[in-house]
Amino acid sequence: MIRLVVNGQARQADVEPEMPLLWVLRDELDVKGPKYGCGIAQCGSCTVLLDGAPVRSCSVPVSAVAGKKITTIEGLAQNGVMHPVQKAWIDHEVPQCGYCQGGQMLAAVSLLQNKPKPTDADIDAVMTNICRCGTYARIRTAIHAAAAAAPAKRV
Amino acid sequence: MNDISTISRREFLKDSTLAGAGLVLGFHVPGAGAQTGKPGISGVEVNAWVVVRPDNTIIIRYARSEMGQGSLTSAPMLVAEELDCDWKQVSVEYASTNEHIRRNRIWGGMAAVGSQTIRLSQDYLRKGGAAARQMLLAAAAKRWAVAESSCSVAGGVITHVPSGRTLTFGDVAIDASKLQPPKDVKLKDPKDWKLAGTSVKRLDIPDTVMGRQRYGVDVQLPGMLHAAVAQCPVFGGTVKSFDAAAVQSRRGIRKVFTIDSGKVMVVVADNWWRAKEALKALPIQWDVGANGNVSSESIRGFLKAGLDVPTVPVARKAGDADQALTGAAKVLEAEYYTPYLCHAPMEPMGCTARIADGRVDVWCSTQTGEGTLATAAAAAGVPLDQVEVYKMQNGGGFGRRGGSQDFTRIGVLIAREFPGVPVKSLWSREEDTQHDFYRPAALYRMKAGLDAAGKPVAFKARVAAPSIFATLLRLPLKDGIDNSAMEGFAEFPYAIPNVLNDYAQRDTHVPVGFWRTVGWSQNPFARECFIDEMALAAGKDPFQFRRELLAHEKRPLGILEAVAKAAGWGTPLPPGVFRGISVTEPYAAFTAAVIEVSVSDKGEVKIHRIVQGIDCGYVVNPDNIVAQIQGSVVYALTAIGRGEITIKDGRVEQSNFNDYPMMRIADMPKVEVVIAPTGGFWGGVGEPAQAPIAPALCNAIFAATGKRIRSLPLSHHGLTLVKA
Ligand code: FES
Ligand code: FES
Repeated sequence: MIRLVVNGQARQADVEPEMPLLWVLRDELDVKGPKYGCGIAQCGSCTVLLDGAPVRSCSVPVSAVAGKKITTIEGLAQNGVMHPVQKAWIDHEVPQCGYCQGGQMLAAVSLLQNKPKPTDADIDAVMTNICRCGTYARIRTAIHAAAAAAPAKRV
Repeated sequence: MNDISTISRREFLKDSTLAGAGLVLGFHVPGAGAQTGKPGISGVEVNAWVVVRPDNTIIIRYARSEMGQGSLTSAPMLVAEELDCDWKQVSVEYASTNEHIRRNRIWGGMAAVGSQTIRLSQDYLRKGGAAARQMLLAAAAKRWAVAESSCSVAGGVITHVPSGRTLTFGDVAIDASKLQPPKDVKLKDPKDWKLAGTSVKRLDIPDTVMGRQRYGVDVQLPGMLHAAVAQCPVFGGTVKSFDAAAVQSRRGIRKVFTIDSGKVMVVVADNWWRAKEALKALPIQWDVGANGNVSSESIRGFLKAGLDVPTVPVARKAGDADQALTGAAKVLEAEYYTPYLCHAPMEPMGCTARIADGRVDVWCSTQTGEGTLATAAAAAGVPLDQVEVYKMQNGGGFGRRGGSQDFTRIGVLIAREFPGVPVKSLWSREEDTQHDFYRPAALYRMKAGLDAAGKPVAFKARVAAPSIFATLLRLPLKDGIDNSAMEGFAEFPYAIPNVLNDYAQRDTHVPVGFWRTVGWSQNPFARECFIDEMALAAGKDPFQFRRELLAHEKRPLGILEAVAKAAGWGTPLPPGVFRGISVTEPYAAFTAAVIEVSVSDKGEVKIHRIVQGIDCGYVVNPDNIVAQIQGSVVYALTAIGRGEITIKDGRVEQSNFNDYPMMRIADMPKVEVVIAPTGGFWGGVGEPAQAPIAPALCNAIFAATGKRIRSLPLSHHGLTLVKA
């Protein structure tokens, strides 16, 4: 039995230690925010925050995260209050299909935690998630907008 | 009272574990519900499009699919515009596919393909809204015993003008639903629109942002099993043998089997990862069939032979091109090539199906609910009206989830092995990449003749390409022409007196399908680059050259000029920066682009600026059009830069994003969008913007380097796209 803390809740899963975190979340714990896009750490659709840092959960064995704090897109809003990144994403109508956007937003949250006022070059360096719908222009605008808003509590 | 929405919803609620979370999966659109309160309150169907609830909230039905193109919002906007309701009171739900069949296809087209959702349904959507408004108004007038002409409607409230009395839509909905629908309704003049034509926030975005959006891959049902699938790496091959014993005893494995006469190997388990890992470990012997030696080179040779066939079906003919060429002062000839491409939507293919008591339920990301329904019925062997399709948000479509429905067929055939049990099949990214219906490879040979003054007197284009219509849709080709293969050449806008554009159908074993913008995604690269070659030979500026040849074509000329003006065509550029231009006429819309580049010695093509314009006639949701154009540019540049599916030993060589690379944010250039609607017609939006990008870019590269790019991707020419 592996114990995890997912979005502030203690959860447990009776699974093989090598099972990727993505599939434990999705198929065992019914946490569907992290998405499967490639399975090989290329696309970032499966991004979750692990103790506040983004990881590609398709490529992390669940045994490596036992006891750690995992935040998925479902857990980003606090007590019904949206994170500034979520608010900026809505204000700027960022998503198209939306499939990649949970991962994009979590990557942006982490960027802003490390660099509250990121430059375009900072964005280019860390926002490596793929968006097949091509929402990149709006992701950039929304990150700058979120940076201009009041800073959020660390996730 | 005919409250169909509630019946369907209740049936589904029984089975959805998500229902407890307040989400009615696949039927109700969660985002819209969040806007207006609780799903599941029953309402009164005034007509097929409009349901009014007692609390005066309105449900507008949406019949097609949502894959990020925004039509789930903009189509209902047209209903709401004519209904004169308060948009804040509106939520949207998918029309039931099963009801659609039972009610004689009452919701019209259900497919979100071909950039057609707005342009092909605007008339009946607006009439649906106007008819419901008329019935609600009539019911109020009847209750007051006053003349209908003394009443008005605004914001979902009916007012008896002389007395100032009011009734809400909710007050009179039941009465209205009993009235005969009006025979004829008058639609608003678009210039009087209040809601349509303004930038309205997309209804599905809040759920996406909160992590509540549900895609096909997210379906979760009690007792559900998971399937991983593998098709023969060589298209058309079958499973010769497999050793189930090697994986059968692994944890969670339920069944190891083939379906579809051995075409698909399947492992079903209690979670997908276990199924997929077992499938990977499963020893499978394939019978690859007759195509094990096919390669990209052999296909290219086969296409090339199509260029040399003396006579093939003609798509466009004017005058006598061959004779005009003999008399021309200057003759140009060139061959262009575009490769196979994979759709690669972010959400891979999949389908959840449950077959019980002669009935099939399918939950799936699909671009065509009706196509999914028909495929499921055939695969399960049940009548059409015994199938329901719950349309999920598509994690991208781009044409992959339309006509083929292979993912539905596979999903339902798997579910047949587990009566009463829902089974979710999901393809790995590798399976998705290697078993697509690809954008066809195409080879072009063009010839043009100019007179002594540089005026074009003849134009010839031969397209050698597989036929999507003949192979995927199995439709007979009218006069031997696949319309999609000849897009841009069959409706040739340039005023050249002698034209001969013809089509050599070259079908191979590689499956082909509708890839966003279809023939318009590739043919303009050949046509518009060759037009530039002609301009150069004529010694004319590429913009002026096009203007002269399009003088009689108001709309292509209009968008060309609008974009050239916005881009400052002809004005000085910084040293080393050059422009390219092109114009196209896809899906009843008109698009043009000007792209500025500089090219370094190392072959880095820096994109300084893209000015991209569209005339789609009427504009429904302008900000969404901007989003579609921005996205189209990314889709186009991804393909132009490095996109290519290659074949070796009969199989696709690429497998995942490591070898079929995608553009990322660091490469995203600046895009300026020019929306220049001229009204009077309804054009598409989701696809047309991609069409002019490749030629405008390659024409700019030529201007910068003198190097004419006649095949894609650019990586084959030592060129890399980078942001300026
Ligand atoms: S699914 Fe994990 S990075 Fe693509
Ligand atoms: S919004 Fe569709 S993949 Fe990013």
